[in-house]
Amino acid sequence: MTTTTAPLALSRPQIQRSPRHTAIIYLKEAKYEFLKNLRLRMYTMSVLSFPIMFYVLFGLLLNGHQAIAGTSVPAYMIATYGTFGVMGASLFGTAGGLASDRGLGWLQVKRASPMPPFAYFTAKVVTSMIFSAIIVLALFALGYAFGGVRMPLGQFALLVGTLVAGSLPFSAMGLALGYFTGPNSAPATINLIYLPMSFCSGLWVPFMFLPKIVQQIAVVMPPYHLAQLALGIVGAGRHEPNAAHWEMLAAFTMICLGVARIGFQRDKGKLYG
Amino acid sequence: MAQSVDGKTRIDSRPDAPNGAGGPKMIETLEQPRSAGIANSNLVVASLEGVNMNYGSVRALRGVDFRVNAGEVVALLGPNGAGKTTAVKLLLGLLQPNSGRARVFGGDPTNPENRMRTGAMLQVGRVPETLRVREHIDLFSTYYEKPMALGEVLAAAGLEKLSDRKFGDLSGGQRQRVLFALAICGDPDLVFLDEPTVGLDVEARRMLWDEIRRMVDRGKTVLLTTHYLQEADALADRVAVINKGEIIAQGTPAEIKAKTAGKRIRCITSLNLNALRQIPGVTEVKEDREAVEIHAIEAEPIVRELLARDAGLSGLEVSSAGLEEAFLELTRDTTNEANQSN
Repeated sequence: MTTTTAPLALSRPQIQRSPRHTAIIYLKEAKYEFLKNLRLRMYTMSVLSFPIMFYVLFGLLLNGHQAIAGTSVPAYMIATYGTFGVMGASLFGTAGGLASDRGLGWLQVKRASPMPPFAYFTAKVVTSMIFSAIIVLALFALGYAFGGVRMPLGQFALLVGTLVAGSLPFSAMGLALGYFTGPNSAPATINLIYLPMSFCSGLWVPFMFLPKIVQQIAVVMPPYHLAQLALGIVGAGRHEPNAAHWEMLAAFTMICLGVARIGFQRDKGKLYG
Repeated sequence: MAQSVDGKTRIDSRPDAPNGAGGPKMIETLEQPRSAGIANSNLVVASLEGVNMNYGSVRALRGVDFRVNAGEVVALLGPNGAGKTTAVKLLLGLLQPNSGRARVFGGDPTNPENRMRTGAMLQVGRVPETLRVREHIDLFSTYYEKPMALGEVLAAAGLEKLSDRKFGDLSGGQRQRVLFALAICGDPDLVFLDEPTVGLDVEARRMLWDEIRRMVDRGKTVLLTTHYLQEADALADRVAVINKGEIIAQGTPAEIKAKTAGKRIRCITSLNLNALRQIPGVTEVKEDREAVEIHAIEAEPIVRELLARDAGLSGLEVSSAGLEEAFLELTRDTTNEANQSN
């Protein structure tokens, strides 16, 4: 009965979760990540209210009856402020939480549990996409109600789908940032990248009104490529091939995931707090 | 037959003390207590085997051999910075040792099957504050195959009335109880509690102790770290005293006490310290303000001698060296006392 192989006798047969159980874990992880951010005023205030406020001010109140490149300003700015909103929701949704979870020990509690590690990251990305969708839909609803924005259903779906998919590169960027910033420095670091990048990509001031030098910088900025994809759908793009934009975004996503992976590996075997 | 097993498993608990720097140190492993669950005492549930762990140039653990048997409550006792948390994190697979190995249920601690059977309460700087108590528990319960019912977890952690509260609205002690709830919600066989009662008031601490005892009654195994001596004494079947990354003594609380058994005699006397040290049976003499403190195996012969030599002796007190005393004795060369904060 008691033998030297006692430790083995304690081991149960290997536990294999059912696909259903795994699905429930992923769902709950995402649900609570979403609730957590929804109740976090810091997050909702900065992430939701800024793009909506800017859109109402610059897209509807000040320039609502004008047009840029043959597209009405309210439609044009759904694309640009939509990109701005998606970028903010994704960067803050991933980097902010990850940096503080990592730096202040919460991630270790989760890692010590039988949580599938991938569920944690998926929940952050999914939550970012949901907030991205909320922002884009809110902008569209405002444009529809007060800016006379009309488009066929297919075009609408394509616009929303493109912008929400655009959350992925910025979520990847957020994961990379979350691994290389501390819990206190993360928000400032995000803003330091987010705001200048938004400006340089023509998200605040339409591309053609940007100074020449900034226009040259814009082409290497990921948000520029997402904005151009969205602008193309509302008929105001610069007529560059869409494939090129997608390729740039995909390449950027891969680089960020690579950096995040380096951070993940570096974290293993390191003590925090 | 049990003895041969016992003999075998005991081998690895004897550290071949790497007497590097500190000269003759008290490095010793006491015999395993026979009282603690004889039927189970041979099943090693968690162990550190010759573990060295460095953070850069800081040696957090040095040649640590340590194990936890099934059904035991083991306390890792030591001041802050002694290496307690590092030991727990190694056993949780959150850290990899520089040399030696950590085993849980005879396997690698990072093994998902092992994680399914362990629960952990760690010291956390920030927990998501906008989620409610029951939501946190719900999420962690989901990770496990056969979690406890929510009501059971809430009751065990004393959180029934707080289940709808957001984590951010809880007091420090209440937060500790939520972390405890997360450690036990999966009904794990092995529970790691890192400083579980820091910040708890007396009543909450007693409640947590009761809960830990109930878990052991149900056949669970508990490893807790503490710098509260009273806690180790009250809860543990076995205590491992750790200081500066080394396990300097292991045994039952009684055995730890026995290691520095003896009496403490305090008095005001005109005899000089050297003369006092010459008295047979005296193990230590030190000045304590206007008085002297004398440690001895037995008090009576010393007291007789003192009174004979110094008629003017006054303020005589005799007390026994408790676990607290033992602890101070064992970790005497720590420069600063264990402070309560982290």
